[in-house]
Amino acid sequence: MKTRFMKKSGTKPAAMRLPEGGRINRGKPVQFTFDGTSYQGFEGDTLASALLANSVYLVGRSFKYHRPRGILSAGAEEPNALIRLGKGARIEPNLRATQIELYDGLTSESQNRWPSLNLDVGAINSLFHRFFPAGFYYKTFMWPASFWKSVYEPVIRNAAGLGKAADDHNDPDRYEKTHQHCDVLIAGGGAAGLMAALSAGASGARVILADEQNEFGGWLLSEGDTTLDGEASPAWIAATLARLEAMENVTLLPRTTVFAYMDHNYITLMERVGDHMAECPAHLPRQRLWKIRAREVVLAQGCHERPVVFGGNDLPGVMLSGAVRSYINRYGVAPGRRAVVITNNDDAYRTVFAMIEAGIHVAAIVDMRPAAAGPLVAEAMRMGLSVHSSHAVLAAEGTRHLGYAKIARYNPKTGDVTGDPFYIDCDLIAMSAGFTPLVNLHSQARGKLEWDEEFCCFKPSTYHEAAQSAGAGNGAFDLATAMAEGAKAGAEAASRIGFEASPAQAPAIDAPVADFRPLNFWGVPSDAAPGSGPKAFIDYQNDVTASDIKLAVREGYQSVEHVKRYTTNGMATDQGKTSNINALGIISGELGATIPEVGTTTFRLPYTPTSLGAIAGRDIKGLFDPVRLTRMDPWHREAGAKFEHVGQWMRAWYYPQDGETMEEAVNREVRRARTHAGILDASTLGKIDIRGRDAAEFLNRVYTNAWLKLPVGRCRYGLMLKDDGMVMDDGVTTRLGENHFHMTTTTGGAAGVMAWLEEWKQTEWPELEVYLTSVTEQWSVATVSGPNARIILEKLGCSVSLRDDSFPFMSCKEARLAGLPVRIFRISFTGELSFEINIPSRLGMALWKNLMQVGSEYGLTPYGTEAMHVLRAEKGFIIVGQETDGSVTPHDLGMDWIVSSKKPDFIGKRALERASMALKDRKQLVGLVTENPMDVIPEGAHAVLDPNQPMPMEMLGQVTSSYFSPNLNQSIAMAMLKGGHAMKGETVWFPMIDGSEPIKATITDTVFYDPKGEKLNG
Amino acid sequence: MLLIKCPFCGDRDELEFSCGGEAHIARPLAENTLTDAEFADYLFLRDNPKGVFLERWIHTDGCRRWFNVARDTVSHEIIEVYPMGETPKTEAAKAAHKASWRRQTAAEAAAKPASPAGRSGS
Ligand SMILES: [Zn+2]
Repeated sequence: MKTRFMKKSGTKPAAMRLPEGGRINRGKPVQFTFDGTSYQGFEGDTLASALLANSVYLVGRSFKYHRPRGILSAGAEEPNALIRLGKGARIEPNLRATQIELYDGLTSESQNRWPSLNLDVGAINSLFHRFFPAGFYYKTFMWPASFWKSVYEPVIRNAAGLGKAADDHNDPDRYEKTHQHCDVLIAGGGAAGLMAALSAGASGARVILADEQNEFGGWLLSEGDTTLDGEASPAWIAATLARLEAMENVTLLPRTTVFAYMDHNYITLMERVGDHMAECPAHLPRQRLWKIRAREVVLAQGCHERPVVFGGNDLPGVMLSGAVRSYINRYGVAPGRRAVVITNNDDAYRTVFAMIEAGIHVAAIVDMRPAAAGPLVAEAMRMGLSVHSSHAVLAAEGTRHLGYAKIARYNPKTGDVTGDPFYIDCDLIAMSAGFTPLVNLHSQARGKLEWDEEFCCFKPSTYHEAAQSAGAGNGAFDLATAMAEGAKAGAEAASRIGFEASPAQAPAIDAPVADFRPLNFWGVPSDAAPGSGPKAFIDYQNDVTASDIKLAVREGYQSVEHVKRYTTNGMATDQGKTSNINALGIISGELGATIPEVGTTTFRLPYTPTSLGAIAGRDIKGLFDPVRLTRMDPWHREAGAKFEHVGQWMRAWYYPQDGETMEEAVNREVRRARTHAGILDASTLGKIDIRGRDAAEFLNRVYTNAWLKLPVGRCRYGLMLKDDGMVMDDGVTTRLGENHFHMTTTTGGAAGVMAWLEEWKQTEWPELEVYLTSVTEQWSVATVSGPNARIILEKLGCSVSLRDDSFPFMSCKEARLAGLPVRIFRISFTGELSFEINIPSRLGMALWKNLMQVGSEYGLTPYGTEAMHVLRAEKGFIIVGQETDGSVTPHDLGMDWIVSSKKPDFIGKRALERASMALKDRKQLVGLVTENPMDVIPEGAHAVLDPNQPMPMEMLGQVTSSYFSPNLNQSIAMAMLKGGHAMKGETVWFPMIDGSEPIKATITDTVFYDPKGEKLNG
Repeated sequence: MLLIKCPFCGDRDELEFSCGGEAHIARPLAENTLTDAEFADYLFLRDNPKGVFLERWIHTDGCRRWFNVARDTVSHEIIEVYPMGETPKTEAAKAAHKASWRRQTAAEAAAKPASPAGRSGS
């Protein structure tokens, strides 16, 4: 036998690289490392092909037993060769070596091994494998429940999980998202997908063709025995791509995985833009997420080959037959020197011929079929190869790499071994148990499946979305049929949506005639006693064996969904791409039911793992959520204000001076607002402009009090309820004209109130002529409050009189202040004489600076939201969302005065009349004064009558607002207590969560400061 | 993600819309003699059928207009989009409207004769 392996040359000879062939660029060698060792590969290699070229077979340890694992496949289905790729912050775990394109300087590491790949301490799990049967976690970590948090969960978490993420969590890469519409989206650019694109593209339809690999062509790239139109397949692929590229209506997306298929043909794609480059240029993102709405979809995903289930089928050196062919023909690599082939269909014979062509010795062909025949079998026999019909591999043996195969005659009906086993030395087993159409996307889109008896596979039957399947993904494994189906599907997709289309002309195909029908046998031939013998793996990634599945069925699990969860089969990152059908076969055998009777599990998105970076795109950090700033924001920053988030707004919280603590600053601000004057940036308050013939009637319906007779120029406080009678928002609304109102809402409630009003206007009262416009951002607002408020405005030059007789409390005037056009509202949230000055927002800063300049002489002090809260609490004013929580009525708040009894209707009126709303034990708003005036009760603290009662204590309700009031020099609080209104004067206690002394307090009225309201007029 | 045809803007992604829940919940008129339990049918009880459901949607990030949608809650097929204040035209949606338990409630009776609008539908 001639040997064609590369002669040793250079520093890092790749011993298993074939001297010629493959789609690698031999002119472009690249250096890479794996577990610290340097190797050489070529441009066009995957990490897997380059490792194989360098005779690296052991590439990882398995998840549960830490068994040595090698490369099983050549694509997305790879369960074993999971890699931690990259350096520093760019480290990414759990990537499949079979999909990593090689680039110069690539750094990779194996996973699940400690301390090293060759010497793994965890492999001791293997010796105790009887301790890890199916349902191990369920059985072991059941009792006692208190062990969960402290013992079981940490143990499981430590044992579970695959690779480790980067320690540095700051992803330095950039990701993009893009939206696209198209007429026909084609998922998969193999033979069928390319034909579909030709048909649809020629019709003029807007076509997007996406393929997960670096090159279009799919399996055609791996076949050396096929010619199209008389040339090797790559020539036809190149010509076809040239035709497609010439069509302006066709978009080609290589390196792009169609990973999710959702309702109404909404499909998401992941494009790996820079992952294959040593250095991604600055103008390109690392990855791009495509969100596509397609009118029609053609699914041409192809198929995956199934592993044969036999003992030791997870040893490095055991590989899918098609993958072996792919490494030889596409990558120019021999995955072994001496091979055994095990198959139950004809396709593996093509691998046999490819191996022989590449100089790999084929020691035996183990054909599980009873009487293997046909042209390919005959050809193998003619070549003098030993073909063992009706035989099976019982076991693969070796330590860290395959050494020999144990083979015997068996009965394909029962699985019983019927002859003496014999042993064949080999370092490669190429296996094929048939093919599984990739129905993942079809199934994600809720398409139905049917069982194909002939090919023993599920394939698409009916469609939920506007889609169709073609090629191997549709069960058409034969190339000619696949291409014809692709051409037809592309044409049909285009014509369904009105394009004139016909199937593109398929090339003349010269390929071996193979019988792809697998043997319908799902047993595991073995001469070992049940439960002993080497493990035969079904799910490589989750280490689920054939015995585990059998055990689960024996223990009573019959539904495939239950077996799946109990054994964890198909629940790893590969979602059972190579394992689901084998598991179903074994379940069906154990249950004595057919596979379609057992059913199939649900395919979930994503098709392959997808980085969260791309899903987040640029919506991170500062761009995650908009930040809204007032026009006076730069002034607050310059003044050294601390800020707080209020919804999306940044509001000045307090303004510390000269090293003040927050408490000191707030106390100063609160005092100055009452002794001199304070100024608050209130621009964030929600503002809604309401106009129209029925504006007053509209307000009359949405507020609890009366609005029809409010005079022009006057303001009124309003409370808004939901229709269940619960307080929703509050604010002051002003009548600017007969049919024109200016409504204010809470800062956080602005958008919600706007939507609420629109909803009632449009859906309940369309007959009302009302126009609502959000004007929150159109106005800057400065509120000047305190005894010096009037003099400050007067000094600034105000065009209208601010005296009580002409500008009384709760009225509004348009004026010029320091020459600036303003609307002044004389309203108060502090209880002091107060002017809320609204100005077109661009002039906000000018107004503020003018006020500060004139005001300094009168002690004008900027105060933030914290001081605002204390000031309003001193007056017992509620804050919706603080005192209320969606279960509080106006009566609960002691605000009966604001609920009209005369109006025929308003939102919430009927609900307030419910019997349950009058219950005496409803939680009601009260004030609290602590016995020790320095004790500030924590907000949220619960009140009890007797702090010494046994637990659980009977709780009356909770503190909603609590502050130290610098003006009263005592602690004040508000609380919602059961039957609180009838408890004025009574004592309650607040047990402390930290076990310190309970706080004693007396229930009071909620107005702590200036109960007669004498300060309102300054 | 659903593709919803806003009657004012055309086909748009679901994320531009908000669903306002069950449509055709008539609000009892101010003058009514409903018991608390009867009123609760209007106030609290919401349908969640398997199959055709008549819903209210608003094009929140678009024209901010409300409209009605007949949607199959199993297949997510949008059967019909129709204006506020009207009842559906397609057979399936008409049947769903007619079959709703709400048609028999005292709360719905108490919403007539006035109030022709969407929430109150008819
Ligand atoms: Zn719209």
